[in-house]
Amino acid sequence: MNLSTLLLIIILGSAVAYFAGYTRSQQIAKPIGGVRNLATLPTYYASMVSLWALIPALLVVFFWSVLDGSIISSLVKSSLPSEAKQLSDENLSLLMSQVGNVASGIGSIESLGSEYAPAVDRLNSLTAISNEAMPLLTICILVIGALWGFRAIKASNNARYTVEKIFNMMLLVCSSIAIFTTFGIVFSVLFESIHFFQKVPFFDFLLGTHWSPQIAIRADQAAASGSFGVLPLIVGTLLISFIALLIAVPVGLMSAIYLSEYASARLRGIVKPTLEILAGVPTVVYGFFAALTVAPAIRQYGDRLRDWGADNGIEFLANLAVSSESALAAGIVMGVMIIPFVSSLSDDVINAVPQSLRDGSYGLGATQSETIKKVVFPAALPGVVGGVLLAASRAIGETMIVVMAAGLAAKMTINPLEAVTTVTVQIVTLLIGDQEFDSAKTLAAFALGLFLFVITLVLNIVALKVVKKYREQYE
Amino acid sequence: MNSSTKTDASRAVEALFDDRELLALKRAAALKRRNRSEKRFRWAGRLSITFGMACVLFLFTDIISKGIGAFTQTYVDVEITFDQDQLGLTPQSTELEIKAASFGSFFKKALREQYPEVTERKEKRQLYALFSSDMPLILRNMVIANPALMGTTQTVSMIADDDFDTYYKHSYGRDQDEGDQIGRLSDLQESVVDSLVKSGAVVTKFNTILFTNSTSSEPELAGIKGAVIGSILTLLVTLALSFPIAVATAIYLEEFAPTNKLTDFIEVNINNLAAVPSVIFGLLGLAIFINFFGMPRSVPLIGGFVLTLMTLPTIIISSRAAIKAVPPSIREAAYGMGASKMQTVLHHVLPLAMPGMLTGTIIGMAQALGETAPLLMIGMVAFIVDTPTGITDPATVLPVQIYLWSDSPERMFVEKTSAAIMVLLAFLIFMNGFAVWLRKRLERRW
Repeated sequence: MNLSTLLLIIILGSAVAYFAGYTRSQQIAKPIGGVRNLATLPTYYASMVSLWALIPALLVVFFWSVLDGSIISSLVKSSLPSEAKQLSDENLSLLMSQVGNVASGIGSIESLGSEYAPAVDRLNSLTAISNEAMPLLTICILVIGALWGFRAIKASNNARYTVEKIFNMMLLVCSSIAIFTTFGIVFSVLFESIHFFQKVPFFDFLLGTHWSPQIAIRADQAAASGSFGVLPLIVGTLLISFIALLIAVPVGLMSAIYLSEYASARLRGIVKPTLEILAGVPTVVYGFFAALTVAPAIRQYGDRLRDWGADNGIEFLANLAVSSESALAAGIVMGVMIIPFVSSLSDDVINAVPQSLRDGSYGLGATQSETIKKVVFPAALPGVVGGVLLAASRAIGETMIVVMAAGLAAKMTINPLEAVTTVTVQIVTLLIGDQEFDSAKTLAAFALGLFLFVITLVLNIVALKVVKKYREQYE
Repeated sequence: MNSSTKTDASRAVEALFDDRELLALKRAAALKRRNRSEKRFRWAGRLSITFGMACVLFLFTDIISKGIGAFTQTYVDVEITFDQDQLGLTPQSTELEIKAASFGSFFKKALREQYPEVTERKEKRQLYALFSSDMPLILRNMVIANPALMGTTQTVSMIADDDFDTYYKHSYGRDQDEGDQIGRLSDLQESVVDSLVKSGAVVTKFNTILFTNSTSSEPELAGIKGAVIGSILTLLVTLALSFPIAVATAIYLEEFAPTNKLTDFIEVNINNLAAVPSVIFGLLGLAIFINFFGMPRSVPLIGGFVLTLMTLPTIIISSRAAIKAVPPSIREAAYGMGASKMQTVLHHVLPLAMPGMLTGTIIGMAQALGETAPLLMIGMVAFIVDTPTGITDPATVLPVQIYLWSDSPERMFVEKTSAAIMVLLAFLIFMNGFAVWLRKRLERRW
């Protein structure tokens, strides 16, 4: 029986329990003079029965599906031949997946060796038992739960309290998912990073200037042992983010100022939603745009400029070399992407500046632009800075644009016309495809993830603090 | 002395007037400068919004001009005789027999018969290459569907190969330098295309392949069906999980949560998660769901899990705003009628806050639909030709398909990528438009 049928059965079962509970409570109500003499309404009795049926059954399914795999594999490991037990963790997991393949009929037992036959048989029988036992146990629990709830239908028992208590618990559990997610992120990146730093020293990672994660797969291979210096990635990330902010901050800020201080309501009504479109376009679209339109255009203009420089004897231009995947293209497109982000955040803080400040400035004879530059902007500055920090964290964490347009070459350069790579690009390239999970290459992605998480978290906390502090001033 | 004082006084007065004039002149100059600076400032503002608007316009026209071509496909009407002897089939043949027949060589022979002048091996290969490599399969399926075709002569609409298609749509019959020509056709192929066009056999039709096929390594056969269905399945999982969880969280935090450390901690976590880069959620999915719990890679279920965690903060924040907007008088009225806290919230506050929550959910879903990076991490990037039928089938999603196609060098894939982007943007515009409509329609001002 597969999972979806089982879930369907559980839902149907709890629906049946609901109706049974409803009828039962009305039966109880009849001899004592109707529903009004019950402690609460029949729907609450019905809900109670159905929740008693539903929740334990769902918990059983959940924990069984989560734990089933690891329990079976540890049992199978015990029936492996004794020499297999001395294998290292990596080889053991490889062996286990081979056993799994044979058990599911992909490989033949001959290729694996007949000494593994007991393990394969064990795996097959355990899987069969598990597949039979889970639905059986779940349905038993469902029926027991429903009967338990059914027994509790009494005129004196206020089922509403029970139902509301369960609901309250469910609300709390749902809210704590946010906490679990954060913990999940922190633990997953932290644990794998610790594994990584056991293989690569922490300071080699943080201060190394060379990044080439290719590792020899076999000992006799001539490939380099891989070096994991994160500095080129940081430089690349900062370069692209800087270009992006160089575009997004002036444009976003000036648009916000113009829209909130000068523009008519009609213009604002047209321009604002149009700019918001930029925020809704998926990043993969920007990536495509950067890689196929902007980068070739920049390269073309660069080549033209170089030819022109060569013709006119300008040495500086004649040596111009534009890479086909330049940091400039990725940065410009990323800048366009965060324009609406900067402009809507700045719009909020500019609108929060009290009108009295503007009126005072006008009263002293200042022009509108002087008022904006010397009164409104300084008053809004903390909020704007907060917005820029948030935009920077966005730019640093942005993935698809750089994956598609920035390239993979880890160069330590601040020349925007060269190809650079970023932290996010490396995370994606290291993890795409099937890698050995424990190799330094895969673990490096988690170390980069930890780095990225910490940086963006710090930027966000600082930004939110700045914005919050500023908002309190005028409230 | 009198005269001298007069002169002194008049001098002083004159000097004063001079100063005033000077001052007035200075002021006028300063005013002019200030007005100029005012004007400059305004122009800088206008320039900024023009730049923003131009970016929107340029982005959309670029994508549309690149992708519009993918909505048509070139077909060639060719008369094909389903030769009983050569295929060894009769109208009475069973499906198994038809499947065993060699349609590949049959198709090649049919083409050779059309062009008897093509004799060299290399040239023959060029001739075959003008048509999609799937044509033998399509012919076979035609016969399977209708075995009575055997022995008859039919006009078959053959799918042109991507090079043919690109050449015909973009270069054919136009005066172009050799270097500007798009599409990689040999001289022989060009002459064949020329004769086909002159005979009126070449037609372009609306490209249904784009919508009925899944991805393929042959550009002319690649479609977005599999990716769209993968996206829909992933979004369904996301919606089924994120909407209830987010609404429950919002209700708890707004209505039930006591002011304590736990509540504060939950709020801090939600706000921080909203700003975590999406690629980190991919790492979480890979480490926790796939590696720790041993769930399968590449499936919409896990994609949905990851996107749920990613969109939760968005939906929670907007749902909380919607609950906050319900005036306290509603709650007080419910309490006054004897409702319990839970009844007040579920029967009165929740229905009134629902439009705002739905709007937030749709926006969150739009965000999830366009997300790529975390799905790359959990293996939804595989080359999957089969259309997924359930949430545990290997699948890919539309943005990932766009990413994969954008890497392909064939020009037709550029076209198809842009077309896929247009479909994705259409979905997003529809969803956001629906959210705006919903907000306008159902939002209540208190």
